[in-house]
Amino acid sequence: MNGLLKFITCGSVDDGKSTLIGHILYDSKLLFADQEKALLLDSKAGSRGGKIDYSLLLDGLTAEREQGITIDVAYRYFTTKRRSFIVADTPGHEEYTRNMAVGASFAQLAVILVDAKQGVLVQTRRHSRICHLMGIEHFVFAVNKMDLVNYDEARFQEITEEIGKLSRELSLKDVKIIPVSATEGDNVTEKSPNMPWYDDGTLLDWLETVDVREQADTVFYMPVQRVCRPNHQFRGFQGQVESGKIAVGDEITTLPSKETVQVKSIHVGAREVAEAFAGQPVNIQLSREVDVSRGCVLTDDPKLPVTKKIRATLLWMDDEVLKEGKDYLLKLGTKHIPAVVKQILCKTDVNTGEKLKTVQIGKNEIALCELELSEKIVADRFEKHKTLGELILIDRISHMTSACGVVEEVETGEEKPYFKNGEVKAGGFIFEEFYFNLENAYLTRQRTEDKQYQVGDEVPVQGDSFHYPDFFDIISVEDEAAILVRNRKITDIIELGRYEYSGVPVLDERGFELRIHSAAGLLDFRKEFKEAVNRDEREGKQNTGMDAKAQVYNRWSRFETYRRVICNTNFWFI
Amino acid sequence: MSTLTHLDALEAEAIYIIREVAAECEKPVMLYSIGKDSSVMLHLALKAFYPEKPPFPFLHVNTTWKFHEMITFRDRMARKYDLDMLEYVNQEGVKKGINPFDHGSAYTDIMKTQALKQALNQYGFTAAFGGGRRDEEKSRAKERIFSFRNASHAWDPKNQRPEMWKLYNTEINKGESIRVFPISNWTEKDIWQYIKREQIEIVPLYYADVRPVVERDGNLIMVDDDRMKLRDGEKIEMKSVRFRTLGCYPLTGAVESTAHTLDEIVDETLSAVDSERTSRVIDSDGGAASMEKRKREGYF
Repeated sequence: MNGLLKFITCGSVDDGKSTLIGHILYDSKLLFADQEKALLLDSKAGSRGGKIDYSLLLDGLTAEREQGITIDVAYRYFTTKRRSFIVADTPGHEEYTRNMAVGASFAQLAVILVDAKQGVLVQTRRHSRICHLMGIEHFVFAVNKMDLVNYDEARFQEITEEIGKLSRELSLKDVKIIPVSATEGDNVTEKSPNMPWYDDGTLLDWLETVDVREQADTVFYMPVQRVCRPNHQFRGFQGQVESGKIAVGDEITTLPSKETVQVKSIHVGAREVAEAFAGQPVNIQLSREVDVSRGCVLTDDPKLPVTKKIRATLLWMDDEVLKEGKDYLLKLGTKHIPAVVKQILCKTDVNTGEKLKTVQIGKNEIALCELELSEKIVADRFEKHKTLGELILIDRISHMTSACGVVEEVETGEEKPYFKNGEVKAGGFIFEEFYFNLENAYLTRQRTEDKQYQVGDEVPVQGDSFHYPDFFDIISVEDEAAILVRNRKITDIIELGRYEYSGVPVLDERGFELRIHSAAGLLDFRKEFKEAVNRDEREGKQNTGMDAKAQVYNRWSRFETYRRVICNTNFWFI
Repeated sequence: MSTLTHLDALEAEAIYIIREVAAECEKPVMLYSIGKDSSVMLHLALKAFYPEKPPFPFLHVNTTWKFHEMITFRDRMARKYDLDMLEYVNQEGVKKGINPFDHGSAYTDIMKTQALKQALNQYGFTAAFGGGRRDEEKSRAKERIFSFRNASHAWDPKNQRPEMWKLYNTEINKGESIRVFPISNWTEKDIWQYIKREQIEIVPLYYADVRPVVERDGNLIMVDDDRMKLRDGEKIEMKSVRFRTLGCYPLTGAVESTAHTLDEIVDETLSAVDSERTSRVIDSDGGAASMEKRKREGYF
């Protein structure tokens, strides 16, 4: 047995997806007698003049049978001598693309049907793109209805070339192309006598033998689903090991709280075990009390990104369009928090793959967007850690699942501090530009090169949107650091506790002037900031509108002393 | 590196779903129909939370026509695992004497569909676990794992929310509820193999025994009490039979069998030629779309 294979069938309307799967089930004698009887009865009454209509096996909703189309994804389960299968048969109509995406998110392999008469259509390209986006790595293109082109080899070669172009464009790795006829059964489960020129196995052969094992991700991580506290003695964290393995005694890190702690016990169900591996549902006790709740992550990689800002490719699934600035609920891992779509960076033309500039996204469109989350969460690129890179957006009023997406990039700020001197690090964007986009009325910050400043480096005191003096100090209360700039050069980067006011202008790490004009002023500012942070933590930020920290900033800082905003009509970047 | 077996993967998926509901839904309940799928669901719920008890109650909607052995089994399980087991009976239906012999599909509607709706409303449950599987029937094959119901408990099959990866959207408005099917992706074969592997207790009616049955409309109906009235020409025979599904005894057909052990049952199942719901009289009532129709009206 080659293990379970979860696959989907997709392709354009009337390419014969349901018929193909129906035929495999029928040929493989995988139907129960009563199902077969119902099929024969249904076909008699159907549109194919009494010939068996295999698609009736799958189109289970009344509306589907009435209209002769597939509306929603259907799941079928079958086992041959060589393998167990779950197949998601998906709709071909553009209208129901999101239902097709549901199937794609579930599958390891995609069977994409191409009508031999029509060749590669927009919908073929759309479906291939979505399958690729959802992380499917194995593709079979079944060139169907070969009977309608007289089993012509030349026609098959033409389509093979079109498919080759598409797979290069999407960088698909594992691609197999098979000429079939779903209604007649050629190369479906048995080699076709009508196409002697093709001798590379049937579709079922391929499905039974293809190797879909993933490259193992060795990092252990587990998003916490639930804290289990049946009594005072037991406090466990329940979740699924998403990758790697974990053993009693291992040292792990809790994120985002960043505590290092040892694994005290592991349960899989009611069984206490010494170690657990990817895919298992576990209940883990730790060696001491830690600040961990649902949505946190346990991991053996303390460097997993913790972020408030991510870039993700979204597939829009809602009838209502996506506009920049709209607020959604985001679900990623087991975290469920408010998030704002800050910016639509570009959308992808599903047909050509071209990146287009846009300010809104409609149903079934794909776009790269920047999301800002209401709090810091553990997230990573989909490519790197699958489960930490999958997300959905939920409409806050209709509760519709408006979009699904994969994380392309995370901004942590922590990984690359702007200023660094040994252990002292500070973030910020004092040397970055602010632009006002006239088209969408957003203020954006342009990220410059990933430069890191150290003691001795010269700094740019003048840019498009800033002009600083030659002598000044930068203090970051967030990172507890101070940077001294003398004659345009960094002379020191020190802990804020060691910093003394020296009479030169004081700026924050964003380039805003701080109204600190004496040693006493410095103390006041630091004290107010600390109190504000404590108050925000105590009271939460959601209901007050403006949190205490922002109020402190508004009292103490001035944007316009050294900075200004530049207008720009054609400002976007990827 | 170790990988999960097929059954382990199904178990992990179900436990993940059950925990998500417990963590995110306000007032969940697990529907308990006493059948083998319910036994598996109970087992999964116990595993999902161990050493804690399942943090939600169990609900049995009783039509008053269940096999007596089922009720005995239910009460024993509730005691054994110290479960919060609720029973709901549509008293109005009982008063009107609604029964499966005289009222046909109205009986199913009143004693099952309406009773379920009443129970969910009465307790204000926002999420209800059910043991439905996609391999059972064509409209179920189309249903999401998290299936939404409006305030009148109706399913809208043409407008299901997308369900991506295992990121389940549990947001609902007041009055709406979710039906959750953690074992959607299991087949009947998986169920039996899992019962065997985990040594899960099931109602003895699943094992063959000599039982009093009557042949009616092509089905073998067991005479479980004296409310069963014989039609002309019918006579009670003692036959070695077992049940592949359990429900209301007048609506559940037995199959002739001598399978006394789990192994024999699994063997029989694997070589079965009729899919399991044909022995349940209720589904064939109303043609191919009857299950979809009932679900739209609020049936599980």
